[in-house]
Order: sequence, then structure tokens, then C-alpha cells
Amino acid sequence: MQFMLLFSRQGKLRLQKWYEAHPDKVKKKITRELISTILARKPKMSSFLEWKDLKIVYKRYASLYFCCAIEQQDNELLTLEVIHRYVELLDKYFGSVCELDIIFNFEKAYFMLDELMVGGEVCETSKKNVLKAIAAQDLLQEVSYGDTAYEL
Amino acid sequence: MALRKVKGNLERMFDKNLTDLVRGIRNNKETESKYISQCMEEIKTELRQDNLAVKANAVAKLTYLQMLGYDISWAGFNIIEVMSSPKFTYKRIGYLSASQCFHQDTEVLMLTTNMIRKDLNSHNMYDSGTALTGLACFISGDLARDLANDVMTLLTSTKPYLRKKAVLLLYKVFLKFPEALRPAFPRLKEKLEDPDPGVQSAAVNVICELARKNPKNYLSLAPVFFKLMTSSTNNWMLIKIIKLFGALTPLEPRLGKKLIEPLTNLIHSTSAMSLLYECINTVIAVLISISSGMPNHNASIQLCVQKLRILIEDSDQNLKYLGLLAMSKILKTHPKSVQAHKDLVLQCLDDKDESIRLRALDLLYGMVTKKTVMEIVRRLMTHMDRAEGTMYRDELLQKIILICSQNNFQYITNFEWYVSVLVELCRMEGTQHGGLIASQLMDVAIRVVAVREFTVGQMALLLDNAHVIVGPAAARSSIAEVLYAAAWICGEFSQLLANPKATLESMVRGKVVSLPGHIQAIYVHNMLKLYAHIIATAEEEDDSEMIEEVTNLLLERLPVFVSSGDLEVQERASCIVHIVTYVQKCHKHGDKVGADLALLMTGELNPVAPKAQKKVPLPDGLDLDAWINDPPSESEEEEDDALEKEIFVKADSSYKHRKEKYEPSEEELQKLRDARRAEQASNPYYVKSSALSSPRPNHNSIQVDEIPVTAIDLNVSLKIPGMTSLDKYQVVDGWQDGGKKRHKKQKKRSKRKGQVSSSSEEEINRMHVVNTDIGEMPEGAHLSDDYEIDDRPEDDPHRALDINLDEPLSPNEVLPTRTHYEAHAQRKIESNNEAKLIPSEIPLKMKTRNKKERKEKKEKTKKVKKEEKKVKKKPSRDANLILDLIDPLKETVISDKVPVAANHINGIADAKNKEKTSDDLDFWLSKELSQTPESCMDGTTKTASPSTPSSSKDDSKSKKTKTKKEKKAKKEKDRDKPEKKLKKNEKEIDTLSRNRDEYEETNGTVTQEVEEKLAVPEPQPYSRLLAEDSHIRIVYSTAAMDGVMSEILVCIKFISQSSKPISKLQLILPDSSALKMIRTPGKLVFETGYRLFPPKEMGMAVFQRKQRQPDPQSELVNLPWSLDPGESKETQLSFTAEDVTIPHKLRGSLSYIQDGSSSSSDISLRLEFPVTTFLSGKTASRATFTDLLSSGQLSARSSFTLPNCPWSFPEVLEELTLGGSLAVVECVDQTASLYGRSLHGHHVCLLVKYQASHHLTIDGKSTEGILLSNALDHLKTTLMQKQ
Repeated sequence: MQFMLLFSRQGKLRLQKWYEAHPDKVKKKITRELISTILARKPKMSSFLEWKDLKIVYKRYASLYFCCAIEQQDNELLTLEVIHRYVELLDKYFGSVCELDIIFNFEKAYFMLDELMVGGEVCETSKKNVLKAIAAQDLLQEVSYGDTAYEL
Repeated sequence: MALRKVKGNLERMFDKNLTDLVRGIRNNKETESKYISQCMEEIKTELRQDNLAVKANAVAKLTYLQMLGYDISWAGFNIIEVMSSPKFTYKRIGYLSASQCFHQDTEVLMLTTNMIRKDLNSHNMYDSGTALTGLACFISGDLARDLANDVMTLLTSTKPYLRKKAVLLLYKVFLKFPEALRPAFPRLKEKLEDPDPGVQSAAVNVICELARKNPKNYLSLAPVFFKLMTSSTNNWMLIKIIKLFGALTPLEPRLGKKLIEPLTNLIHSTSAMSLLYECINTVIAVLISISSGMPNHNASIQLCVQKLRILIEDSDQNLKYLGLLAMSKILKTHPKSVQAHKDLVLQCLDDKDESIRLRALDLLYGMVTKKTVMEIVRRLMTHMDRAEGTMYRDELLQKIILICSQNNFQYITNFEWYVSVLVELCRMEGTQHGGLIASQLMDVAIRVVAVREFTVGQMALLLDNAHVIVGPAAARSSIAEVLYAAAWICGEFSQLLANPKATLESMVRGKVVSLPGHIQAIYVHNMLKLYAHIIATAEEEDDSEMIEEVTNLLLERLPVFVSSGDLEVQERASCIVHIVTYVQKCHKHGDKVGADLALLMTGELNPVAPKAQKKVPLPDGLDLDAWINDPPSESEEEEDDALEKEIFVKADSSYKHRKEKYEPSEEELQKLRDARRAEQASNPYYVKSSALSSPRPNHNSIQVDEIPVTAIDLNVSLKIPGMTSLDKYQVVDGWQDGGKKRHKKQKKRSKRKGQVSSSSEEEINRMHVVNTDIGEMPEGAHLSDDYEIDDRPEDDPHRALDINLDEPLSPNEVLPTRTHYEAHAQRKIESNNEAKLIPSEIPLKMKTRNKKERKEKKEKTKKVKKEEKKVKKKPSRDANLILDLIDPLKETVISDKVPVAANHINGIADAKNKEKTSDDLDFWLSKELSQTPESCMDGTTKTASPSTPSSSKDDSKSKKTKTKKEKKAKKEKDRDKPEKKLKKNEKEIDTLSRNRDEYEETNGTVTQEVEEKLAVPEPQPYSRLLAEDSHIRIVYSTAAMDGVMSEILVCIKFISQSSKPISKLQLILPDSSALKMIRTPGKLVFETGYRLFPPKEMGMAVFQRKQRQPDPQSELVNLPWSLDPGESKETQLSFTAEDVTIPHKLRGSLSYIQDGSSSSSDISLRLEFPVTTFLSGKTASRATFTDLLSSGQLSARSSFTLPNCPWSFPEVLEELTLGGSLAVVECVDQTASLYGRSLHGHHVCLLVKYQASHHLTIDGKSTEGILLSNALDHLKTTLMQKQ
């Protein structure tokens, strides 16, 4: 996977993860182009489109679009699975996730994604394991926060 | 007021966290940018504070702003600060921020190496995990190189969480640092059998990604993956494995056959669409790869097509899309199977989703047959009328034309129909494909004589209705191009026009001036053609009225063109005006000029076969080989000839000769005409249409049955009559003879291409034809070309990963490990090995050392070791050790010859190895399908280089049994592991007598391998001159083989300086009292040339070595080779020293005979062994170092200073590490601590201080005073000497 974008129906970027290095300008351009292309598509259309030499797989969940760019030989359906798995994870973690959860806890969303994928490849397919890892890290973080409070 | 503001700011500064920022942005929608710039200022203030919590908060906010599109690259340093925080909370934020905004070119990344290393090795697994995920996003080439080894270490972590991430990160490491691939690959391969499914799946992922880009290097892994595929139930992993096979099968069709069955089983059984889709894709790839000669796979094709049909029929648009996509892949090889589903595809044309429609269109292109073309095109045209959006309509139009024109109109049986289609297409608004339609019209008009009249009629109508075509919408389209074709066709074939005068009038009339210049030019030129034709006819009929009328018409209208802004138009128009005036003048005198005028345009357009010019035979008397000027060079001769001809011919024929390919014979032409006439007579449809709109209802009403296919024999309609414009060309050239011959040949050629000629004819003709047509390239040839040429862009990181992985690892191929100074990172192979041991190992070792009776214990272990050594003493092991040393040494010796020789040897080994792996694969592939993969595996492990992890387990379990030793030796060799492994295994088991369950044991095995790799004796690429005379130069280097056999390995290199071969080299090295050469079998003379014995031949290698072993009683060492001029060869000798605390010397001599001289020459040698020779730094680590220093064992102290050291600090360090065989433990600024251990276990610690004023101080501490003082003396001397 080359990158993953989350954006709202209004075209506002909510999360971006790049597994291939691009200069910021290029990233912005790609993001802009993709958002407008995907938002222009009708709901009845398929979730795939060919874009430059990449394949774009996207899916809409409520007001959020999850969009991934994969290479030509990659499996589109598997990518949809990844997206779905990610949404499920967010849902489990936040408890019926909504766009606002991701806006206000965007770092959590990133952490979750990092547990699911590393370097553009699926890392952990078990939901339970991901949530366990996240919970453990959150716990660790809380301990640290405790220290912080004391320090301050 | 101001105070309040400051106060408010302060409050906010401390209060505003990420949530507040987000909320703030949401509340300030109108003034967002203002609000954010205000926030930025606050963040900058926050970053200036010392409190890390505040900084982390600021960085978190920055990360959010970065997502909104704000540049935060200026904060790189602050991000690193936060990353380096010991608190996980901040570290996490830091890494998140880094992974979002750093990339490989970020400069501050240079600063992070050590910090990331620390995090990777952290005790907290989530620290390491965070570092791993972060690194995956921003890893750079430098980071990859420096951290590869640490990532590798994590592969052996006890926590699957880390192993998994480390495996995935490895892929990124490989991309950035391809050199890591080979050393790391064996371990990665082992991860395929990791007990944790997540790690296993990650390893499959990485190997799949690697293999997809360079499949041929991974063929040997097929058996392993096959086993995984048939045993795993993890769909995520299965998909990757199946994808991997999809990449491999094109290279190995037999693999495909083996795969078909399990794949079809999966297709039948799976409910997961993604897996089904992947299976189908791979089955298609398999079928393509074995499509030749495997007719009995129809069942699989049918199965795929059926499943795809289900996908396409599904209401889910995604499945539909993918189904069509996969279908088009089948279409290429099995069109018949797909054509059965035409209905379905046509149905998809009506889909709401444009991308699905386009996919369906792609499919249609391949599904057309003679029978279906009309129906499909009709469907497409009705579809086009309804279609929304010019883009899609253009796509449709293009597809229609492509469908009809593919393979030289292969599927068109009725060309009038096709012309009607084209005319109809002209009516489409706003198309960008006007040029395409125009070229099609001209193509058909020229090549298909039978419909020429019909076409001309249609074109005349088009010209007449030009204003309709070039409507208001034409500005943005290229539809006017069809007028170009129309005008040209009408002019060229004016004799076929029903009413030339009317056509001329319509050409002259109206808006022609508004057309693009090149079209106007064609208009003007073709007016002349028409004019000539009309005059000629009128003169025959004595219709002077007509003549006058037409002439006046032209004279009246042409001046408009004469004043055109377009040069071409202007020139042609003024030329024609003068011709017409001249004609008028002649007519006034009553002369007839029609015939003369017609001569201007005489000659018919004739198709020319590509490269036909080259076939022109030479006329008599013309010797093209004769030089006009002196020949510049032999090779240019032919080129010049060809060029000359080409230019010549081109100049003549550039106007009229078109790139036609076909030219049927006269008989065929006649036949065609007859058939055509008969057909037209019998079919009312072919009555010439008189209205522009007529074609459409017509072709709509055509039924497939009505098409008079029977009237035309196959592609007869494609036949194009021979034309005469060639004659014109001949006249000009004066090459009539040649011309005729060429004509003949062309006919033959065109026959061949016409696809109706018999095969015998074809063969004969082929002899005459130079096959230069790219289109004619056989498909196979083209494919293989593609395959060999790497068409990936230069900067594609995957190019660099095209690395042969079956080739045995050479000892210098290890991952770069931590070095303390960059300058020598590449040259020096790091000696800081203990750091890489598993954590449990270090404390254990230290404990042992700290015990009071450690000496005793050491004695004991030494004994044990020695015993083991005896037990384990196998030639192969020693050989390998020696080999290990040779290679790196090679690199440093400056000699032209050596690398070449090494390459050569490598090449041989390569080839052999390749052969072997392919043998293994053959073996596996040739196995009966009925056999379980398990048994296949067992069968291969003995010789297989794609070793399975199960065999490695075997190794560790059975290692104690001596009986299996020999066999194991082979295996070990196979697996390219240094032979020390066994020994290390035992050592570890002896010292670490802890209980492990099965799971841990496998881990342990892996860990040992780390160790074993690291324990490879570090070469000392530091050659000293031994002796030199006018014929030969001898250099040597030494290395302490600590921990293995406590011996010193001396590598002597002979470099020939003579112009004659040198032979009968004989070393005489008598032992001294304290230094002895080891003369056990297999330990002595061993040449480089045998370094890379393929495993299979190990037995033989042993044999050879035994023969070559010198007489143990004598001090003679016979070197069994001779030295050719310029050549250099190496030999290795092992020595043991009784006392390693004092320097040793060994005197000896070398005798040799130079070819041609009768007597032998002697050189005396003096081998020096300073005490540093006996030191080795490879066990150094910071922990043991500090432990040593604090333990108080280091009783001896000594030091020296060099007030005027001319060397720079790195140079000094290099001297100490390479020449002194010490290892740098820590290096801060200009101070470094070094460590070395003698063969007998003495520790030596040095502290090197270097001051700016070239003041060098070295302080030493050791357990052995004599050793230390001798070592320091030696170092001092060497450092002074260099001075």
C-alpha cells in the first residue's frame, strides 16, 4: 500500500499516512486530486479506480471516506478488507466511532493504524491483538501521564 | 489592557492542548488561518521551553496542523527532542510526528540514529514497537545501513509483537539498503516457520513483495510456499502466497501445473471473495504460462470463467468490476471461453459506473468476430447516442474504430457498412478523434477498391454538407479533419464522382477559409485534380460551356486562398491560379489541354510494402559498393548505402506513396471485383445512397444473416489492386528493370500478408522478405525480450533488489554493525559483537567472570572446548574458517588481478550453485502430484538450498550425535552458515543449562545463529610486507582466531612481479620455541581457489586437501601452484603460540623457480607477531567493558603519550583497530575506549585521548602487565613509524 487517506464528505482531510516518501507539495496535490475525484463519484459506483499507475480503493463509512492507493498487482478486495478491519478496530476502540472521535483523537487513530499496518503491509490481522497492544500502550501512557502531573 | 493580554496568552499557553486546538479551529471557521497562525506562534513559544511535557504537547499540535497542510518542517529538531524522551507518552507523540513529517531526505534524521537504536533495543517492547513503526515511515538509506543489524536482532526477540514488526520493517530496509538483503535473507526465510502466525504472515508478506519485483531469485522458495499454501488456513497469508505464485509461474510452467489442483480446490471451497479473486488471477497466470501444449486445462478455464460470471452478475459493483478485469486477462489466451459471455459484457455497457463500462469496452475489443462485429458496433453506436460526457463518448468512438480496424480489418466483411459507420461517427459532436476517423476513411478508400466508388460518393456528400459537420461545436473538436479526408478522396478518385462539378462547387463554396491551414491546402490541391478531370471530360464531350463555367468559378474563388495566411495554401493556390489562367488562354486559342493537364495528376496511388525500397535490385552498371571518396571505415559502408537509397526513394515517393501493405495480384483483384459486383447486384442495400442520413437506418437494420459473407471469400475484400504510381517512380529513376522486379516481389509479399496464401507459398516468400515489421515479431520473442530487459526506471528501488539469493553468502557479506566513526564504516567490519547477543547471554557471561575461581573454571571450559574441538574437528569447518578470512582480505590488497580472480571464482560457484538449485527445484517439481508436500520436502532437504526451517530444527536437535556429523556438515554448508555453528550451539547449551520448551528452543536456535554469524573471525585487512625481490612480492596479515581454537591465522599472499611464471614455491618455516605451525590434516595449505566449494563437492575438497598436506615432520610447505605473471595467490597457515604476552618472530625462507631459469631463487622471510596479533576485540561490549573496569581485575597499568602525533583521531583509531586488532567500545569526541582480548583470555583496555594540539595519550589497563606493556610498545612504535 502506498498511502491511506481519510477525509470527510466535505473534502476535509482527517488522517493521512504515507508509506512512500513524497515531498509535501506532491502529497498535497495527490490528496486534493483524489478527494475531488472520489467525492465526484456516485454512490452506486465501484470502489476502485485507476489513477496514474496506481489503483485507488476507497470506501465510505458514514461521512468519512477511507481511501487507499495500491499497486497494480495488489488485491483490491484485500485492501477493502484492510479498510474494513481498520474501521472495525476504531469502532471497538472508541465504541461506535464517529468522525468527531477521529478529529479529536487523531493520534489514537494513527496509533491504531500503526498497529494494523507497518510500512504499508498488514502487520496484525487479529483484532484482539491490536486492541490488546493499544490498551497496553495506553496504560503505559497513563502511567507516564501520572509522572507528568507529579513533575508539573 | 496589555497586562491582561499577556496574562491571557500565558494561560492559554499552558492550557491549550490538542483538543483545545481542534476545538478552537472548529470554532473559528471564518478566521481559521488567522487563528492557526496565532496558534503557531504559541507553539513556537512552547517549544522554546525546557519542559518536555509542554514540548510534547506542542509537537502533538503541530502534527495536527501538519495534516491541515501547514509546513512544520522547521520543527524537526524539536520533534527529535520529544522522540528522545524517556517517557513513552512523549516518545509516542514524537515518533508519530516524525513519521508524519519526516522523510528520507530530512536532514535532522542524521541525528536520530543512536536514539532510534536505543529505542529499538529498549527493554520496553512498546518503545521498540513505536520505533519500528516510525522507522518504517521515514527510514533513509543511512538509517537502513546503520540500523539493519539492530532490526535483525529484533527478529530473534522473544516477543512476537516485535518480531512481526521487525520483519515488516526489513522490507523497507532492503529497499533503502539492498546490500542487507543477502545477509538477512536466511533469517527472514526462517521466519516463514515462525511459531507465531502473525510473524509468519509478515514474513510471507515481505518475501511476496520482494518476489513480485524480482521473481526469478525466489523460485527456489516455491516448495516452502507450496507447503504453507496447502497447510495454512489464514486467508490473509494465503492471498499473499497465491499472489507470489502468480509471479513465479511465468518463469516455471511446471510449477503452474503443480498449482492448478490446490488452486482449483481453493476456488471451489473458499467463501472469501478476495481469496477467490486472487486464486482466479493466479490460475489465469498459470494458464497463460502453460497455454502451449496443455489443452486439458479447459476445465480450469471454464471454472474460472464461470466464477467470474458469478462475480460480474453480482450486484456488488466492486465484484463486477474485478470480474470484468479478470475476464479480460483470460480473453488474451482463451478468447473462445469468454466470447460465450458476450451477453453479459454487453449488459455491463449499460452500467451506471463508467469504470465498469470502460472495462466492458476493453473486453468487447477482444470478443469481436466476423459474425458479431456488426451487432457489437451497432450496440456501441446506440450506446454512444445515449452516453453522457464527451470523454466517455470519445472512448466509445475510439473503441469502435479499434474494434473494426484491428488486425487490418480482420473482422470486417462488409466495407460499405464500415464506411457508413465512419460517416455516421463524423456526426458525433465534439469528438477529439476526427483525425482517427479521417485516416480510417482514407485507409478504406485507398485499400478497398471495391467500395471506393461508394466511399467517394459518401465523401462528396460530406463535402456538400461540410457546414453541418463543422458546426458551432467544431471549435473544440477535431472533426474538421474528416473534411481533409473527404477532399482528398474526392480529388484523388475524381473519375468516380457522380457529379464532379457539383463537388467542385461545394469545395469552393462557403467557409473553407475558416478551416485549419493544412485542410485548406488539401482543398486547394484537390480542386486542381477535380478541375483537370472536369476539363478532360468536357473536352471529350466538347462541352465548352462547362469548361468556361468551371474555369471562371476557380478564377473567381481562388484569389481568396492566394491571400491566405497559411504559406502552403497560398503557394498552392497561386500555382493553381496560374495553371487555370494558362488553361483558359489555351482554350481561347482552341487548343485542347485536358490530356496534358491530367498528366499532372496521373498515376494511381499504390501501396508500398514496408521496407519495399530495400528490395529494389541494382540496375546494371551501378556499383553501390564502389567508393566515390575514400572509405572512412568498413562498417559504415552498408549504412550509407541504405541511407542513400532511402533518401532517394523517399524524395520521390513522399507525396503519393502511402504506407500500404497489401497488393493482390491481378487475378485476385478481378475476382474481387466480380464478387463485389455480383454482391451489389443481388443486394438492394448496395444501391448508392443519395442522402447523408441514409447510412444510419441502413446499418441499424442490417441483420447478421443478411451480410453476404458467402459472396466474399474470407478476407478477399482486403485485397488491394496493384497500382501504378510506382511506374512513375521508375520513370524518374530510370530503373525500370528493378522496378518491375520489385513490383513482383511486392505482390508476393502482400500475398503472404493477405493471410489467404498457402503455406508453401508463404515459406517461399518469406525467403525474400526481410522481416523488419515489428508487428510481425512472434509473440514469444517479444515476451522474452521484455523479460530480459529491465524496463524499470533507474531509480526504482526494486532494481537494486534483483539479487541472487541462492548463491552462498560470502563472509564479507554481513550487515554493517555499529561503528563509532563514519569514515571507516564500510571498510571495517565491526567488532563490537557482544552487543548483539541476546540480553540473557551477557549477564551470564559476566557472572562467570566474576566468580572467584574463574581461572579454574576457565581452565575447565577450555578443556571442554578443546575436547569439543577434537570431536568437532572436521575439515570442512576449518576450511570454512579459513575461507571466511580470505575474502575480506582480498578486498584490501591492492592488486588488479585479485578481484578478477575472485570474481571468476565467484562466477563458477554461482553457476554451479544455480545449477544445483534448479536441480532441487526440478526434483521437487517432478514429484508426483499425489505425494504430500511434506514428503517432497523431506526428499529435498538433503541437497536443497531452499532449506526448510524444519531441517534447521533437526540440526540443533541432533547435533550431539557424532554419527550425523558428516551429513550435517553438508547441510551446514548448504545453508551457507559458518561452520562454527555447531560449536557455538554446544557451547551455549553447556553454559546456558536452562530448560527450554519447544518454543524457546526454536528461538534459541535462531539466536545461536546470530551469535554464530557475529563470531566469524574478524579479518584483519592489514597486510604487512613479508619479503620482496625483483620477481615476487610477499605480504602477510594475521588474525587471532579467538574462541575457536586459539590460534593465529596467517594469510600470506604472493604477488608475482616477474614477467615469467613462477613455480615450485616452497616455504621453509621452522618452528621457534614458542611458536608452532599447526600441521593437522586439513589445516594447512589451502588455496583461495577452493574457497567456494559447492557443498556437494565437499568430500572431494577434503580429499584434495589431505593430499596437499605437507610432511608434518618437516618445516617445508610446498605450494602446489605456480604463479603466472601479474597473478597473485594466497595461502594460509595456522600457528599456535605458547605465550601470547610477548612478541614473536619467525624466520624462514621461500624458494621458487622462475620459468626458464634452472636454479631456484631464495628469499629469506621474517614473520613478525607483535603481541597485538594475539588480541581480538570482537567480544567487546560496553557492558562487559564497564564491568571489567569496575571489577578491579585489571591490575596492570601502563601508558604513553605522543606529543606530536601527525595523525588525525580517526586515523589513529583505524590504526589501533585494524593494526592492533582492538575494538572501539565507546567513542566520544576525540576520546575513545578500546578493548581487546588475547587468545589466552587476557583483557586489555585502552583509553585513547586526543587533543586538538595533536597530543595523543593512550592509557592501558590489563590483567596481564607484560602483555600490556608489549602491546603499548608496539602501538607506540607503529604510530611513531608512521610519523
